[in-house]
Amino acid sequence: MSDDPILEASGLHLRFGAVAALDEVALRVWPGEVVAILGESGSGKTSLLRVLSGTVAPDAGEVLYRDAAGALVPVHAAGEAALRRLARTEWGFVHQNPRDGLRLGVSAGGNVGERLMAVGARHYGGIRAAAAEWLRRVEIDPARMDDLPRDFSGGMQQRLQIARTLVTRPRLVFMDEPTGGLDVSVQARLLDLIRALVADLGLAVLLVTHDIAVARLLAHRLVVMRRGRVVEHGLTDRVLDDPQHEYTQLLVSSVLAA
Amino acid sequence: MSAAAPDAAAGGTLAGYNFAYLDEDTKRMIRRALLKAVAVPGHQVPFGSREMPLPYGWGTGGIQVTASVIGPDDTLKVIDQGADDTTNAVSIRRFFARVAGVATTERTAEATVIQTRHRIPETPLREGQILVYQVPMPEPLFRLEPRVAETRRLHALGDYGLMHVKLYEDIARRGEVEISYNYPVMVNGRYLMSPSPIPAFDNPKMDRMPALQLFGAGREKRIYAVPPYTSVRSLDFEDHPFRPARADAACALCGSRETYLDEVVTDDHGGRRFLCSDTDYCGERTAER
Repeated sequence: MSDDPILEASGLHLRFGAVAALDEVALRVWPGEVVAILGESGSGKTSLLRVLSGTVAPDAGEVLYRDAAGALVPVHAAGEAALRRLARTEWGFVHQNPRDGLRLGVSAGGNVGERLMAVGARHYGGIRAAAAEWLRRVEIDPARMDDLPRDFSGGMQQRLQIARTLVTRPRLVFMDEPTGGLDVSVQARLLDLIRALVADLGLAVLLVTHDIAVARLLAHRLVVMRRGRVVEHGLTDRVLDDPQHEYTQLLVSSVLAA
Repeated sequence: MSAAAPDAAAGGTLAGYNFAYLDEDTKRMIRRALLKAVAVPGHQVPFGSREMPLPYGWGTGGIQVTASVIGPDDTLKVIDQGADDTTNAVSIRRFFARVAGVATTERTAEATVIQTRHRIPETPLREGQILVYQVPMPEPLFRLEPRVAETRRLHALGDYGLMHVKLYEDIARRGEVEISYNYPVMVNGRYLMSPSPIPAFDNPKMDRMPALQLFGAGREKRIYAVPPYTSVRSLDFEDHPFRPARADAACALCGSRETYLDEVVTDDHGGRRFLCSDTDYCGERTAER
């Protein structure tokens, strides 16, 4: 890991009417690090992800991104064009529902190839080879390359979404409940896959989840949120094995054992 | 451009109408849109499209652009699918002969303004000529992105991955790009543009054309343009280069193997002939022989 954080947020505030979605939130992510944002529904974790990725502007505070060239980009002041360029080159998004991140009417190969073509790939054979390679990496049979994702199972759709996101080798990936809505065995395989890919590619990942098991498996560091405030943060094992804040203690003790 | 309204006495045009049918304020508005369109090649400029005495889809956009740029000294040629003698071409040509009193011709080389539907003439155009296209749908992304506001955003950001996905899908499914007309082009390396429904065969003629190319879409209220000598590149892949399609035959009248051909069914037993779609070019070649 290098010394400079890849993403740095400070003093974030966001209100929806009387509800404080974010209240004085600060966060830093270093390259190659997986940070999980943990919390119950309505705790502001998805709002935080949206603000960090530039989708929603905060009422106050600043988000700085350090790009591949080392320049600091103020995410909310950079303008839409710069943000879109970042979103299709250096960033990736994995949505909870693969339907939000995929084009269901376009073949699996086309879905993976879209990001390559968006950054200027114009060699059909090269795009296909890259797509086949990535389908193989996410354990989808490359023979199904020309099939439509709407005919895929939920787990396959999610893996396809991951292939599509990672094909351009982003530096920072935002994941919103990537395993939500999948059954446990499929979830386990997907987590395994994400963990291997993240380690392989040295990605920085910001992961939103309410599932403590997912956080423990993937994340290096944890940020626990409640009612828009960060109530606890630290190394994953430290936070989960020795929770300091009463809310974290409640979360950890609420996990169902099989 | 004369602002004087000629009456029946001066120039023999229709009494009660301004020169070239449109009033001068409307022409001014359209010319402003045209200037902006020429300044930003391939960019769609909105304009206040008027009711014209012909239905939408028959060339209301093209006819308004022609009316705004034509002057008393111009010579007008109108083609429809390459032919000078089809209903649409004849009626628009007659319209301008009556309301503007301009000379008309069927010869590409003699015309200064050419209004066209679905073709670019085979005879190469030269500097000083204006080619006016009738455009039914100016938005190249409209079958791919249904939201108009979003297509404008994509144009503004130069985000054209969507169109390449379409080409990729065509090749993946059928082995080649399946667009035979209205083939999308990149203008001046910046804007994706619909070339109006000309055959893909004609696309290479647009590239660095010495003549000015103006596009008018009446129903959609958009004007765009390609100035002379501007790069117009058909989208493709490096290993699947753009290939203009053409029927593999010779014209039954002039014998040309280079022109774009129409297939004409001649009987109920599968008989067919191929003819040049550009009647002026074909006629000249036949006369030479």
